[in-house]
Amino acid sequence: MKAAVIVFPGSNCDRDLAEGFRLAGFEVSMVWHKDTSLPQGLDIIGIPGGFSFGDYLRCGAIAAQSPICQAVVEYANKGGHLLGFCNGFQILCETGLLPGVLMRNAGLKYVCRQQGLRVETADSPFTNALSKGAEITVPIAHHDGNFSADADLVARLRGEDRVAFSYIDNPNGSAGDIAGILSENRRILGMMPHPERACEAVHGNEDGRAVFKSLTESLALA
Amino acid sequence: MKARVHITLKNGVLDPQGAAIRHALGTLGFDGVENVRQGKVIELDLAEGTTEATVNDMCEKLLANTVIESYSVELA
Repeated sequence: MKAAVIVFPGSNCDRDLAEGFRLAGFEVSMVWHKDTSLPQGLDIIGIPGGFSFGDYLRCGAIAAQSPICQAVVEYANKGGHLLGFCNGFQILCETGLLPGVLMRNAGLKYVCRQQGLRVETADSPFTNALSKGAEITVPIAHHDGNFSADADLVARLRGEDRVAFSYIDNPNGSAGDIAGILSENRRILGMMPHPERACEAVHGNEDGRAVFKSLTESLALA
Repeated sequence: MKARVHITLKNGVLDPQGAAIRHALGTLGFDGVENVRQGKVIELDLAEGTTEATVNDMCEKLLANTVIESYSVELA
């Protein structure tokens, strides 16, 4: 199976994300933001964490307009699988592929810690190796992770079973304790926590592997 | 020609930075500051003849995130 990881100036989790994919059996290519086309035959694209373009203007806003993102949006619109962690989630929201916005943490502070998450649905290619209601621990590290959505959007996401993960002890003020969401077709996942930083014994926590394992299983069947 | 774009959070969107500024003003002894909203100003140097519609388009596509922000354009 083939994965691509997009690299922007200021990305800093691109290699971690590539390693997460590789550990799950993916062949990974790194794609530079100035490229205008994607490698052929991809099964999934990953948008990594970091501080693309220095978070200038708004987090993810400049990256969302980069040449490669046009190809990424086309890929998604054709039904391709896509995931974004942390800055990747912010970028996906700025492209409009996912609804909502990530704003400054309610406490105004950068938060870096091991975070408890509740699995809200097992019905997605990213979570089917997990059980609904299960609790996992995944690191977070962000200043702008406050998922902002009006009550209607939160209700719609819940009603359509599109909340993938929620925070057990909300660290940033996110609406509805939402940590990660799915697109309408359930093929796009955006989340602030970093599963790719919890994939190996040396990380001290391997809970994040379940996301990649889910993908391997569901994409093999796709 | 120049354009000045003012970007502010929409009413009802929580502004924790504005709240922090209000708190700090109170600490400095400025009483009666009931609310603070923080925004940004973007100044653009443009080719003569650029229309307001074009600047609005820039705001819609990049300068503002209209989910949470509103903008106003001043041409000079």
